[in-house]
Amino acid sequence: MSRDVAVIGIGLSRWGELWESSLRDIFVEAAQSAIDDAGVDKIDSMYIGNMTAGIFTGQEHLAALMADYLGVTPIPAARVESACASGGLAVKMGYMDVALGLSDVVLVGGVEKMTDVGTDEATYALATAADQDYEVYHGITFPGLYAMMARSHMLKYGTTREQLAEVAVKNHYHGSMNPLAQYPQKITLEQVMNSVMIADPLRILDCSPITDGAAAIILCPLDLAKKISKKPPVRIKGFGHATASIALHNRSDLTSLPATAKAAQLAYKMAETSPEKIDLCEVHDCFTIAEICVIEELGFAARGKGGDATASGATRLGGKIPVNVSGGLKSKGHPVGATGVAQIVEIVTQLRGEGGARQVENARTGLSQNMGGSGGSTLVHILEVV
Amino acid sequence: MVGIVGYGSYVPKYRIRVEEIARQWGADAESYRKGLMVEEKSVPAPDQDTITMSVEASRRALARAGIRASDIGAVYVGSESHPYAVKPSGTTLGEAIGATPDAHCADFEFACKAGTEAMFVALQLVKAGSMKYALAVGADTSQGAPGDALEYTASAGAAAFIMGKDNLIASCELTFSFMSDTPDFWRREHQFYPQHGGRFTGEPAYFKHVYQCGKTMLDKSGLKPSDFAYAVFHQPNGKFPTKVGQMLGFSKDQISQGLLCPKIGNTYSGSSPLGLTAILDVSNPGDLIFMVSYGSGAGSDGFIWKITDRISRVRDAAPKTWDLIQGEKIYLDYGLYSKYRRKIIKNS
Repeated sequence: MSRDVAVIGIGLSRWGELWESSLRDIFVEAAQSAIDDAGVDKIDSMYIGNMTAGIFTGQEHLAALMADYLGVTPIPAARVESACASGGLAVKMGYMDVALGLSDVVLVGGVEKMTDVGTDEATYALATAADQDYEVYHGITFPGLYAMMARSHMLKYGTTREQLAEVAVKNHYHGSMNPLAQYPQKITLEQVMNSVMIADPLRILDCSPITDGAAAIILCPLDLAKKISKKPPVRIKGFGHATASIALHNRSDLTSLPATAKAAQLAYKMAETSPEKIDLCEVHDCFTIAEICVIEELGFAARGKGGDATASGATRLGGKIPVNVSGGLKSKGHPVGATGVAQIVEIVTQLRGEGGARQVENARTGLSQNMGGSGGSTLVHILEVV
Repeated sequence: MVGIVGYGSYVPKYRIRVEEIARQWGADAESYRKGLMVEEKSVPAPDQDTITMSVEASRRALARAGIRASDIGAVYVGSESHPYAVKPSGTTLGEAIGATPDAHCADFEFACKAGTEAMFVALQLVKAGSMKYALAVGADTSQGAPGDALEYTASAGAAAFIMGKDNLIASCELTFSFMSDTPDFWRREHQFYPQHGGRFTGEPAYFKHVYQCGKTMLDKSGLKPSDFAYAVFHQPNGKFPTKVGQMLGFSKDQISQGLLCPKIGNTYSGSSPLGLTAILDVSNPGDLIFMVSYGSGAGSDGFIWKITDRISRVRDAAPKTWDLIQGEKIYLDYGLYSKYRRKIIKNS
């Protein structure tokens, strides 16, 4: 009953502090760009990842609004939410729609407008992804949660402050080759180590920024893609979707991300592949420690060795497994609901060989990992160029 | 030709260091020092306010102008911290300096550019021949909410200018104003502290308005940045005026004389006017001065001033601005500062 699914179009809006653009403007910009890239003249359905437009802008009922402003009503459209993994979840929903034969051409988008509120309100909005009763009520914010994960990793495995900084240095180096990155500046280890303290041991250059931005992709059956796509179709070979406790303290080990481990296991199985066969990956580096934990769960580094792997250059462009060649959330930006879709955009760009200065050589298979909160939900997708 | 016939400045002697405020809030002082380019800020004494500082600065302006106060036809005070919500600051100022009763009086408010608004209107009235002299003051005892980034810069100071047609020390060669509805910073009625839009106060607010105003002035005047001896911009911190100066093509050397914020903080309506007084203290006949203010909400007033021969005869008639800044200083701890700024609320 299931059809193979391919990505035939990708698009991003500008990313950054888009004072002159509204939520709908940036979504339409990305969606139109993806439609143009795919060269399609119709969309059958639409899924939109968005974490919390209701708090950031007061706007709910996004799916119909965006369908209206994109000019595609009356097609069915749905907004899906899984905190910072909302974009990844939208990709899965679009995949299911096509695979099950419900739609032929599906637009999957992600959007977040985060700079219309001040820092306090943005922090509050993001903290709604943590456990309100048992975490947020007591005063914790995401930098605090990830700081505890970092401390635990340092204590348990000897991960160093410098190794955390290496993640930021690498991702900004990658971002410097991405014309769409919000913060394309190269940074040094010293700059990270001396930047403003946010939540010990995490400093401001360990944290991803607040971003306005949108991303969109067009999915269709692989058979149709082969007929209509002018560019090499990229097949979604597998995905994994898993959950874990959203409260960090309910996990037996603060350094592990069980939802990511499970989602990766499911995705590898479905795609009939394994970590050593992946050519590049885009992971959810909302904080530097997150990338270290994630690459361990994905099997790109041994347990506790994520810091060593980063410092060795293995995850750098040209290394054994390039991680976040787009610049990642850290340098490219992190409009939360758009991030999971934007990761797919980068993987497809790379698998098409359109990565420019940051192109990974001979990239055939790529993986994206997108997670919500401190890891309470995770989507992993594995893509392969046909 | 119209312009400035006398000017005066006032800066309170109390100071609080960035480190002292940061210590109170567990913040990183160095990041504020570097990020805002500010070291310390002036603090008004418990019995000082916008009116008393306006009086001090205006008396000094009168001393330099060498005119009778009764010849002043208008008394204008620009401030965002007028002591009264209803009842003008200007009447008390006028009475204190002897400019009453035959004068027009108005208080101005436009966030940090209320002072240059007063200067602009005073210049135009004199130009129109409505009066011989008009007094314009920019003064503030601004407040930032405890712990807010604004608390590190919101300070106190005043600058006064007497505008006239004869015996000018600086002629006004050009004025230009630029404004839009951009709500980057505001305080509603009955609120004690202002609110602001964080990073929104930068690019779409300060930089857009100051740059556009400055750019248009250069275009209209046909002058190049290198034609000017000095440039002064609104200085909410040390970083913004330095950056916008560079964007317009001015060097650090042209900006440094009028850049007071690192040593006294943001005097709001007094900000670029006080910077102008520091420049008048040292400039030479023939010097051109480029000036752009900024007020949230938002707008900029631009002026091009040209110094006359009379400057050297009047500048010593009153204290110079950098001497006030570097003269007697008394450093406050956060407790005394809180008391002086009435941040301690007694409930009974």
